[in-house]
Amino acid sequence: MKTLHHYYTALICISISSLLLAGCKKSGPDHIDHTIIETKGTVQAKLTSPPEVPFPVGNRAAQKLLVDMEIIEKESEMANGVRYVFWTFGGSVPGSFIRTRVGDEVEFTLKNHPNNKLPHNIDLHAVTGPGGGATSSFVAPGHEIVFSFKVINPGLYVYHCATAPVGMHIGNGMYGLILVEPEGGLPEVDKEYYVMQGDFYTVGKNGDPGLQPFDMQKAVDEKADYVVFNGKVGALTEDRALTANVGETVRLFVGNGGPNLVSSFHVIGEIFDRVYVEGGSLINENVQTTLIPAGGAAIVEFKVEVPGTFILVDHSIFRAFNKGALGMLKIKGAESEHIYSGTQMEGIYQPEGGSIQAMPADPNAVPEPVAVSLDERIAAGKAIYSKTCIACHQPAGEGLANAFPPLAKSDYLNADPHRAILTVLKGLSGEVTVNGKKYNSVMPSQQLSPAEIANVLTYVYNSWGNNKKDVTADMVMNTMAHP
Amino acid sequence: MSGCTPTVQEVVQDTQEERISHQPCESFVVVPDTMMKITGGSYIPLYGKDSSLVSVTDFYLDVYPVTNDQYVQFLKIHPDWRRSSVKDIFADGQYLSDWVNDTTYNEMQNSASPVTTVSWFAARAYCTCLGKRLPTIDEWEYVAMADEKIADARTLDTYNQYILHQYEKPQSYLGTIGDTPKNFWGLHDLHGLVWEWTEDFNSVLISGESRKDGNNDPDLFCGSGSLGSSDLMNYAAFMRYAFRGSLKANYSIRNLGFRCAKDINTNEI
Repeated sequence: MKTLHHYYTALICISISSLLLAGCKKSGPDHIDHTIIETKGTVQAKLTSPPEVPFPVGNRAAQKLLVDMEIIEKESEMANGVRYVFWTFGGSVPGSFIRTRVGDEVEFTLKNHPNNKLPHNIDLHAVTGPGGGATSSFVAPGHEIVFSFKVINPGLYVYHCATAPVGMHIGNGMYGLILVEPEGGLPEVDKEYYVMQGDFYTVGKNGDPGLQPFDMQKAVDEKADYVVFNGKVGALTEDRALTANVGETVRLFVGNGGPNLVSSFHVIGEIFDRVYVEGGSLINENVQTTLIPAGGAAIVEFKVEVPGTFILVDHSIFRAFNKGALGMLKIKGAESEHIYSGTQMEGIYQPEGGSIQAMPADPNAVPEPVAVSLDERIAAGKAIYSKTCIACHQPAGEGLANAFPPLAKSDYLNADPHRAILTVLKGLSGEVTVNGKKYNSVMPSQQLSPAEIANVLTYVYNSWGNNKKDVTADMVMNTMAHP
Repeated sequence: MSGCTPTVQEVVQDTQEERISHQPCESFVVVPDTMMKITGGSYIPLYGKDSSLVSVTDFYLDVYPVTNDQYVQFLKIHPDWRRSSVKDIFADGQYLSDWVNDTTYNEMQNSASPVTTVSWFAARAYCTCLGKRLPTIDEWEYVAMADEKIADARTLDTYNQYILHQYEKPQSYLGTIGDTPKNFWGLHDLHGLVWEWTEDFNSVLISGESRKDGNNDPDLFCGSGSLGSSDLMNYAAFMRYAFRGSLKANYSIRNLGFRCAKDINTNEI
């Protein structure tokens, strides 16, 4: 019946003049006029920092919602050992999550902290009005400004700063999400999280330590050094991972601040049961990867059936493994082997032989700043370990059973530092015995400088119960000269 | 002017710098009150009243932004500009708000830090007291195009990247005058310390919606096109114009100071 109604509506619309088209469109059941919804009462909106989201609106009536947001320019961590001056809405990247329902009247107070150097404003894509609010919200440091708007289109929307130079303000982290729930709220789920991707452009290349200034030329050229979820490399990994239990339904509010890159959002090992395409009302089902434009968003939902760690990535995959666009969702609960069996058989398959592969050297590599004291060298080594070694040897050097030998309390390692240096320099292939267990796989040769090799090995030797050997750059160069 | 004590102090003078100030207010000048003579010229600003060639005639400009120490001296002889007595229409609630009291500057700064949280009215009164004035946007932008070696360095990527870095640095107002390199004109700290008031800061209208400003102004489009240089150049200037556009004359802001300019008296030439 519903289909028939649509069919007739469509027919009538086509058959009459275009002047009346708008009228026909409005008469459909999906096009309620939200501008006339009346509000009841006034409430201070509770905002949250990522990855948390405020409570659902549920069945509440539309109300006047007071939103207070402070702009803060501040230095914080971009990656291990890398600092950056972020410009933020509410002190976080992405900015505070704003949750409204259709018909709400939002009274928005934008405060620019007195220590800030720049004027800012806010353009909310959920606003119907000039500049999405930007024309009314331009505010100097040490001042605040108030403007109001009514949210009349349900959906998930990006907000961002639109002050000149716009690209730089967005590129420094000035974006976030505002959700407009439909009447009665979104269907209830077990877990909700806030994830937003952004690309960053630094004068130094990815991993270069210290305070990194914004690089305008790289931004113009769209050559990102970092592509991250929630403002930094590792914001959603290890103990900061998102969590859920087997059997629960997870909803992710995913945004993309850009400024340049479009995200191919994917969760490794999951299929999205539902995607609110582009954050709007269209629902697609059984989606593997959903495209999230810069300045756009999507709501994805999926039920988690099996335990394990599921990896959130931008499936433009070098961004995930080389630039930081990687997060984790850890699921706890009972195994369901009929859904996923785990490994059932394994063996060695090397059609091209066991030759050692080498990563290509970077001809433009710049020498790293010299770490002097043992503590500095261990810290520098830890940063290298986190970039280069951690994927196989694991965060606590525990290795992976049957694949990658442990570095923690490793008899093989502690027996011979010369051999350890050689292993990092040249790689290693074939059977080795570590702590009584046999391993037979391939470690590629690592393109690290002598100082970097010395630092990373000193870090390893001084961690996890190893023998605290101090490996120096001279020892590495000696091994290079006399392998 | 009547409030300024008419005693003249001997001040050491750099032979290369022209000393022009013999005004009554000089009594409160503690660091050498040096100005540089700027030879005028014409240039295309990023974003001006008509985005065409702008001419600047010869003028004098302070080498450094006005310091806390200088401003304290000013307040001693001008109690009407102390924060306890200043009128609201001339200075908002932030005026000298970080100061310890009426005549003691912010403890986080030093005597040679640039004075900030001063309104346009206050800055103007200070300059007037010395027989000076605030520089115009055109004058300020004209001297700010220079790097250490050339008068118009705007087309150099390195220069623009340097300025952008300076603009990003948090809390630079806590620094000291003269720490940035001397530019082509012999001026310090135009970039990298604080923003600076100009006489006509609000003559270039920026709505705050910079995208709209760009789209609605075909002259600007042509103007920036004719500059024909890198995008970086525009970005640095955009930030200054955006900042100025956010101001009102009674605003007092932590990262905003000023320096004074002076016309060249025809009988001096």
